[in-house]
Amino acid sequence: MSDVQDEGGVLTAPHVLEYPYRRSVGPVLGRFFTALRDGKLVGVATKQGRVLAPPAEYDPETGAAVSDRFVDVGPGGVVTTWSWVAKPRAKQPLGRPFAWALIRLDGADTALLHAVDAGDVSRMKTGMRVVPRWRAERVGHISDIEAFVPESK
Amino acid sequence: MAEERKPVTSIKTPMRLEYRYSAGEATSRFLRGIGQGKILGQRCPSCRKVYVPPRGSCPRCAVPTQEEVQLSDKGTITTFAIVRVPSENIDVPLPFASVHVLLDGSDIPFFSVVQECPVDQIRIGMRVEAVWVPKQELAPTLASIRYFKPSGEPDVPFEKLAEHL
Repeated sequence: MSDVQDEGGVLTAPHVLEYPYRRSVGPVLGRFFTALRDGKLVGVATKQGRVLAPPAEYDPETGAAVSDRFVDVGPGGVVTTWSWVAKPRAKQPLGRPFAWALIRLDGADTALLHAVDAGDVSRMKTGMRVVPRWRAERVGHISDIEAFVPESK
Repeated sequence: MAEERKPVTSIKTPMRLEYRYSAGEATSRFLRGIGQGKILGQRCPSCRKVYVPPRGSCPRCAVPTQEEVQLSDKGTITTFAIVRVPSENIDVPLPFASVHVLLDGSDIPFFSVVQECPVDQIRIGMRVEAVWVPKQELAPTLASIRYFKPSGEPDVPFEKLAEHL
C-alpha cells in the first residue's frame, strides 16, 4: 500500500473506520422526515398539548406516549442557544464557519438542532430569528435543510 | 407534491472516523518482515510463548519481548466463521471463511481468510498455508498475504490446539 509512511522508524498508515448505517426512524420521526422531503416542518403534540419539534414518540417530561396530533411548525424560529464553529470539519453541513444552534420553531415548545449560516459570529445572537434554506432536491433527511439563515427584516 | 410518494421509513446515518494508525516498534519490524515475505514473531523471555504479530510485550507476563522468531507461513485453523453477508471494503468473493490460523512455531492465532476451498470443508485442525502477492508487489502491509489455502497435510488433532482456542 502506497499510503504506508516509512521514514525508517515506526510505520504509520491511514486507518479509516466507516459504518454505512441506515437507521429506521419509526412512525413519528418518519412523519417528520417525510414532511422535510415536502419542504415542511412538523412537530407532534403531547397529551398535555405541548408541541415537540422535532417530534418524539414519548413526552420527555412525563414519559407518556405522545398524541397522534401532528402540527405544522416554523418555518421560522428563534435561536435559543448556539455555538460558533470557526473551523468546520469535512462532514459538517457547511464548508465555511457557521453556528450549531438550538432553534425553537414557531408553534413549537422544544428546539431543533441545526446549522445557522450567519457568515460571521458577530451576526449570531441568542433570540435572533432564523428561517430555513431548503435544498431543491430533498430526500427525507435533516440535511434537506441546508442551514437556517438570519431572517431578513 | 404532484405525485404520492411513500413515507420515509429510514435515513442514512453513516459514521466515518479517520485515524492515522501508528504500528509501534515491534509491529513495524513485523510489517517490514512481511514486506520481505517473512513472518516475524517475538518470544516472551518469561513464559517462552511466541506472539505474532508482535506488540513488543507479553500480555500475560507484562514484560518486554525482544527475541525475534521467524515463523512458518503454514499453520492450523483454530477457529473460523463463514462470511455470507457482503460488506463495503471487502473484495474477497462470498462466501468465504474468516479464520484464526495458529502459525507453526507461534502460540497465538493469526487472523486471515481462507480461499481455494469450499466453505463447507473448512474445519478446526485443518492445515493451511499462506498465499502471498507476487514478490515484486510485497510491501509492509498485511495485504501482502492474500489469503491462506489448504496445504493438504493431515489435520491436527483437537487436543494439540485446545490451549490456543
